[in-house]
Parts: sequence; C-alpha cells; structure tokens
Amino acid sequence: MNSRYAAWAVGLAALIALPFVYREPYHLHILVLMLIWSFAYTSWSIMGRFGLVSLGHGGFMGVGAYVTALLWNHLDITPWIGIPLSMVAAGLLALVVAYPCFRFRITGHYFVLVTLALSGIVLQVITATRDYTGGSLGYTPNRAPSGQGLLALQFDDKTTWYLIALGVWVVGLLIWRWVDRSMSRYAMEAISEDEDAAAAAGVNVTAEKLKITLISALMTALAGALYCQYQMFISPDTVSGIAVSLQMVFAVIVGGLYVSLGPTIGAIITILLAEGLRIGFGTKAVGWDNLVYGVLLVVFIIFLPKGILGSVLDKLKAQPKKPKTT
Amino acid sequence: MQAFLDTFDIYLLEAVVNGILLGGVLALLALGLNLIFGVIDVTWICYAELVMIGMYGMYYMVQVFGLPYWAAAPIAILQVAALGAALHYIVIAPLLTAPPINQLLATGGVLFILQSFATVAFGIDFRNLGIRLPVLAIGDMHFSYSRLLAFVAALLGMLAIYFFMKRTYTGTAIRAVAQDRQIMSLMGVDTKRIYLITSALGGALAGLAACLLVLQYDVHPFVGLSFGPITFLICVLGGLGNFVGGFIAAFVFAQIISLGGLYSDLEWGYVLAFAFFIVMMFIRPAGLLARRS
Repeated sequence: MNSRYAAWAVGLAALIALPFVYREPYHLHILVLMLIWSFAYTSWSIMGRFGLVSLGHGGFMGVGAYVTALLWNHLDITPWIGIPLSMVAAGLLALVVAYPCFRFRITGHYFVLVTLALSGIVLQVITATRDYTGGSLGYTPNRAPSGQGLLALQFDDKTTWYLIALGVWVVGLLIWRWVDRSMSRYAMEAISEDEDAAAAAGVNVTAEKLKITLISALMTALAGALYCQYQMFISPDTVSGIAVSLQMVFAVIVGGLYVSLGPTIGAIITILLAEGLRIGFGTKAVGWDNLVYGVLLVVFIIFLPKGILGSVLDKLKAQPKKPKTT
Repeated sequence: MQAFLDTFDIYLLEAVVNGILLGGVLALLALGLNLIFGVIDVTWICYAELVMIGMYGMYYMVQVFGLPYWAAAPIAILQVAALGAALHYIVIAPLLTAPPINQLLATGGVLFILQSFATVAFGIDFRNLGIRLPVLAIGDMHFSYSRLLAFVAALLGMLAIYFFMKRTYTGTAIRAVAQDRQIMSLMGVDTKRIYLITSALGGALAGLAACLLVLQYDVHPFVGLSFGPITFLICVLGGLGNFVGGFIAAFVFAQIISLGGLYSDLEWGYVLAFAFFIVMMFIRPAGLLARRS
C-alpha cells in the first residue's frame, strides 16, 4: 500500500513541477482544460457509478458558470463569494428536482428523462433572459482593472490556472475516494441493487441519494464557475444543455465509470480527440468531433461498457498472480 | 378600459386555441415515444432528432428536388420509419439484454451522431420550405392553416395507429408483447419482428411530425432540442408507456406553453411548463392517470 501512496506523491509532484519546466502556452491551455473537465466528469461519476444516471449536470454547470459571471458583472460580487453562491444555487436546484424524484421512487428511465429536461430547461432560461445573460450569443465576465486580478479571480498567465485546476482536480479525486470508502458507498450500492431491500435493511434511501446528488451537483457547479473564470467566455451551448450533459456521460463511459481515474482518462481522450479533429480538419471541422464522439459512445456502450481504464484494470486483475517467492 | 379587456380576451382565446393545435403535434410525438417505451422498454433520447432529420428530408425534397409537398410527405415518413428501424437494428438490438441505462445512453450517442451529421451534411443555416399557408381569420382571431393542418393530421395519424393496434393481427401482437415480453415469444410471436415493426412505427410517427412541423418552423441541426425535452416531460407526466396519459399531458403542456407565451416570451412558457412539471411530480409522481396505491 505504501508504494501506491509513494507513486501518487511522485506523480503529483511531477504534475506540480510541470508548468515551471515546460511553458508552451497551447499545451498548458489544453492541460488546464483537461483538468477542469476531468473534475466535472469526476463529479458526474460520483453519482453515475451508483446507477443514478443524470443528464442534468449540464444544468448545474450552467448555473455555476452563469451565476458567478452575472454576480460579478451586475452586482460587483467577487467570484470568491460568487462561486460559493453559485454552488448554493446549483445545490438548491438539485434538491428541488431530486427530492421529489427520490421521495417518490422515480428511478431508471424516469430519472434520466427528468434530469434531461432539467438541463434543457436551464438552457432555455439562459436563452430567455437574454437581456442579462446575452442569450445564445454568450457572455463575458468584465475584465478586472489591473492589479485586482486576484480579487476577480482572473489571471493572465497559464501557470496559475494550471495550479488552480490541478488543486481542484486533486480535491475531486479525494472526494471520490472519500465517497468510495464511506458507508454511503455501501448504502448506495445496496440501493442501486434493490431499493426496497435496502430500505428494509435500514438504509435511508432518500437521504443517501440526496447526499450523493448534492455533492455531485456542488462539484459540477464549481467546475462550471472555474471554466467561466478561465475561458472568460461562456455560452449556453458550451456550459449547459443536453449536449454538455451527454458529453460528460460519454467521457466517463469511455474512461471507465467505476475507477477513480476513469473520468480523467475520459477527459484526456475526448479533449485530445476534439483538438486533433479540430486541427486535422481546420475550420471545416464543425460537427465532426461530435460525430466521432457519438459513434464512439455507441460503440463503447455496446462493446466495452466498463470503459478503457476499467477494462484494462480488469484484464490486469484477471491475470494469474505470480507465486510469491520468499 | 373596456377596449383593453376586449382585446385581452380575444388574445386569450386565440392562445387557448393555438395551444390546442400545438397539443396535437406534441401528442403525436409523445405517442411515438410511448409506443416504443411500452413495447421495447427503451427510451429513445434521440427521438426529436429523428424529427429533425425528417424535416431536412422534407426540405431537400421540396426545395431542392422540387417535389410537391403532398408527394414529399409520404416519402419523408417512410424515410424516418426506415431510420427508426435501422436505429433499432443497429443500436438497440445488441443492447436488449444490457442494463436499461446503457440502452438509454446509446440512444444519447445517436443524438450526438444525428445532430453532428446534420451539421456536417447540411450546415448550421436555418432553412425553410418556402411554403406560406394562408391565415384563417375568425373575427379578430388569426390561426395559421399550417397549425390547423398539423392538428388534423396529427389526430388522423393517432387514429390510424389506434385502429392498427386494435384491428390488425400485427397490432394485436404488439399490444400483447407490451403486456408480457417473455410469454409472447413462447406463444409463437416473433418478438424481433415485432420490435422492428414497432420501431418503424415510432419512426413513422416522428416522420409525420416532421412533415407537420416543417411547415411552422425553420429547420436547423439543433431544432430537436426545442421540442425534445418537452416531449420527455409529457411522457413522464402522462406515465411512460401510458398512451392516454401522454395524450392528455400533451394538451396540458401545450396550454401552459401557449398561455405562458402570451404573457411573455415562448421560452418562459417552457420554463413555466417545467415548474408545473416539478409541482406535479410531488402530487402525481407516477403520472397523471396513475392509480394511488
């Protein structure tokens, strides 16, 4: 076990040291995007691994991004306060939608459809309030006057952003691990097998599900807010709506739903794919990346439902262990 | 003041009637989705995207190849029916024994494929048929013929499905499969064939909806997103697989959208409909017509 911790520590140290050694801005930009999306995908998988497939996470992400930006632009509230507020807003939204779902046993197809509608509706609200949010044209947080970058959480250099994203990503993994080791995990696994049996065994089904959903929604909103602060431009299509929700599901399924680094692998693969297609096809590539995404998603679900990392780990485990020579 | 009240009532009445007309098409979509769910136990997340493809089919046949509308419509319906059958054969059939969530996500992948296929193949421009049907004026109220036609055709389509299900051998087999999947294959019903027929029927309903919607809306690759979510809400509110519930829920939602749109933007109508939906989830979680246990 110690060697495993050592491997994590070395890996983390290498990741922290990276931007001080290697400064190519485009590659750092890609890395920051990967880390932010990895965090978002990890937060989805916290719910998704227990069979709570939500297609509403695009909605939570949109709330996180737009509430932060709107508070900054209209009310001069710094993102340091705005981001927690946006997370509270997303959490409330999650509770309002999830509570009736869980209380009244809306599971499986129903749950997916309800959450799907949620992300569609958040998109509609952002578009409908175009006087404030810029509608489908997108929205830009105001530039902070020079010297106040820290207050506005706006940094020009990529290294700072890389370190912030790295920190958040690690926190995401730690939360994943914490859930993985908690009693909630056993409760949730029992619930995903059979809700009635779990309830009979003394599991508070509604409370457990709400807890997991809330954690997941809060993290997703944080990812949205970070994405907004980093990119300094958000549009309804890039941070909310069904497409973003499906993108999350897709990346997690490709990477592996049941392993902690699966969503990260998924983010790396999808972003490399999107960037590769974008560079390969040039500006004519509009739509091609999603076309490939979609085909891969279908192929993966049919042939490799455990994802790349999950399948690889299974293969490794299946190999007979060498007899110990002492 | 009196003049204000008069116009207000006229607009209100007009919105109510338009809501009923909109409800027809929504009910048609809900019927298609419910049919597939009821028989195959799969939800096609990409259902609205099938409609989008059908709308493009209509656009190309009418605008590019110069077919008249009435000749293009049956071809478009057949096209989307074939697409529905292909979707089942290629994507759903290999996943029939997989967990339901995987089937759902696979159709989510198809949503991606269809949207981006349309973007790549047709571009992101808004296109329309260029057919402008006249407007019917009753007193001070105005109703476009395209909506009236959509309403009547949607009702006829639903009636046709009803008689098909009740009067034909295949329809009876479909209803029987919906009641019990395992037993019917023992009774000599080829469930694979029934699934394919049902998928084609669901596709045909989407195709019919496409022919009707293309008269009212411009088509673009993301047009499915504007009525897809609302269709899912309708099906859940009516109870998935419950045809009558879906029918009623479609008209309830259409009224909310239409009346909401009267007082504010159309988008706010959708938002209101969603708020209504959440409230209804507390009151009738298993659908409008579900019996209390």
